[in-house]
Amino acid sequence: MRTIPAAIAVLMLAVLPIAAPWLQFVLTLAIAKGFAALGVAVLLRAGLISIGHAMFFAASAYGVAFLARAGINDLGLLLILSVLAGALAGAVAGSFLVRYRAIFFAMLNLAVSMVFYALCAKLYGVTGGTDGMPVPVPAVFGIVFAEPVFKSVLFYLSLALMVLVGLAVQRYLNSPLGHALSAVNTNEIRLEYLGIPVWAVLLIAYVISAALAGLGGAIAGFAIGRVVPDFAFWTASGHLVLIAVLGGIGGVPGAFIGALFLELLHSAAVTVTDSWNLIVGMTLIIVIMFMPQGVYGLFARKEASSL
Amino acid sequence: MLNAIIPLLLDSLASAALIFFAAVGLTLVFSVLRVLNVAHGSLYSIGGYVAASICLFIASRQLNPYLSFAALLFSAVFVAAIFGPLIERGLVRWTYGKSEAVQILITFGLFLILEDLQRVIFGVQSFYEDAPMRLLGTTSIGGVVYLNYQILLIGMALLVVIGLRLLINHTRLGRLITAVVTDREMAQSIGIDTNRIFILAFSLGVFLAALGGALATPTSGIAPGLGADTMVLAFAVAAIGGLGQIEGAAVASLIVGLARVLAIYLAPSLDAVAPYAAMLAVLLFRPYGLFGSVTARRI
Repeated sequence: MRTIPAAIAVLMLAVLPIAAPWLQFVLTLAIAKGFAALGVAVLLRAGLISIGHAMFFAASAYGVAFLARAGINDLGLLLILSVLAGALAGAVAGSFLVRYRAIFFAMLNLAVSMVFYALCAKLYGVTGGTDGMPVPVPAVFGIVFAEPVFKSVLFYLSLALMVLVGLAVQRYLNSPLGHALSAVNTNEIRLEYLGIPVWAVLLIAYVISAALAGLGGAIAGFAIGRVVPDFAFWTASGHLVLIAVLGGIGGVPGAFIGALFLELLHSAAVTVTDSWNLIVGMTLIIVIMFMPQGVYGLFARKEASSL
Repeated sequence: MLNAIIPLLLDSLASAALIFFAAVGLTLVFSVLRVLNVAHGSLYSIGGYVAASICLFIASRQLNPYLSFAALLFSAVFVAAIFGPLIERGLVRWTYGKSEAVQILITFGLFLILEDLQRVIFGVQSFYEDAPMRLLGTTSIGGVVYLNYQILLIGMALLVVIGLRLLINHTRLGRLITAVVTDREMAQSIGIDTNRIFILAFSLGVFLAALGGALATPTSGIAPGLGADTMVLAFAVAAIGGLGQIEGAAVASLIVGLARVLAIYLAPSLDAVAPYAAMLAVLLFRPYGLFGSVTARRI
């Protein structure tokens, strides 16, 4: 089983910030993006590419900011509500987007996310325009921590959520509903002939993926302490697609491994160059051309050959 | 009221003409290569940057300002000659016959690269050079002042529609393109050099996009992020018209232009949303666009 290596990896992640405190923020952000990328990867199973998923990431982070402004100040409640906000946005957008495939699906997601971005940046009175909105430090079960302590709490909570939600998504992907996704990719008409409503399969997947992106967005909002329209910008969506592709569409851990890899690479690259999207674009092309199974796929293949 | 509407209409039609250049290139490339080039919008903004650079050079050397018209055209040819063959041979051809997911991801990667390259080369400030627009001056009809440059843009767009139709229906190259579009394998087996057609069609698409960008510099200027906006708008227009339909793209850019007029007139803050609303409205009822044809689904 892969349980032991996975447990060791999570344990290593848990002790890493103790050795190098600056890593804590990077790792929290990586896990947040990992959730969103996992959402993209779920849709990728059905052969659907969403280049607009940063919208749900941002929608939920804005949701947190609005709820905090309205006086709700509990981390657990905020997280749950923001994930619901992401899922709700996903249900609304998904209800018409899942009618489309391939190019149309990708481009319509991009279009919707760009409208969302434009609205966030333009409606100064509501969203604070490009200045964004602050996300205050919430209370954890009624206890208000100092900011550095809260950031540590947030990191370990995200780590725990990563394991729990990861297992749940794994279960979903291994269920008949999850397997139906790859069936949509292979041949959706056969699926219809078997009496399985394709649109329902895809809508459920879309809502789950939006909720995952929402969870990631809420964590990122707490970690950064601010939400800005750039959360929803199309380059952010591009990064999510890259992470999902890097991780390979094979498994749940792939998305998080891809996110960690990319975030660490990012923090290393910013000291050298600011052309980050250039690197992302090149990596995307190289990965697609030369290792279509993704980085995770490399490890998976080795494991398979040793059996 | 008419005095308020007509300049607005002309303004929207002029910007619709610019989007039309990008959209018709996109739709042409799609129908021949069967690849949706997500990086198409970047080529539009690259055309704009090159044109702005040349025009600024002409202005700084105090050369004959009418040269800037030649510069607009030249920059489009220049961008097409450099980027067309390079991208088609270097990148896009590897995706022929692959799944659409792969095509989207590869061209999306290219999109990220090109957008960042422009930022590195041309910086983040916006470029603006209105010499060509000032030279043409204005016309006043019934007390309303029109920019002649905007009328030129609309005329150019009409010229492109007619030119492309003539090219496809009445020239040897056009016949070859039609053959490749209709049946790629059959065209290849009767000896048509499909690779050459692909390079030419792709470069023509790049030329049209770059021309749009170059012509946009004097009116709206070029700023970072224009590539992404143009890409999405061009796709919206191409999708409304039906992917692969030249006249469809023309009608669709008219619709998008009119939708913008309506939005500016009724709800100014929703101006940016209008094209997408038009796209969604069309695609909800005709998922294959106004002029597109239904394709059979594979079993």
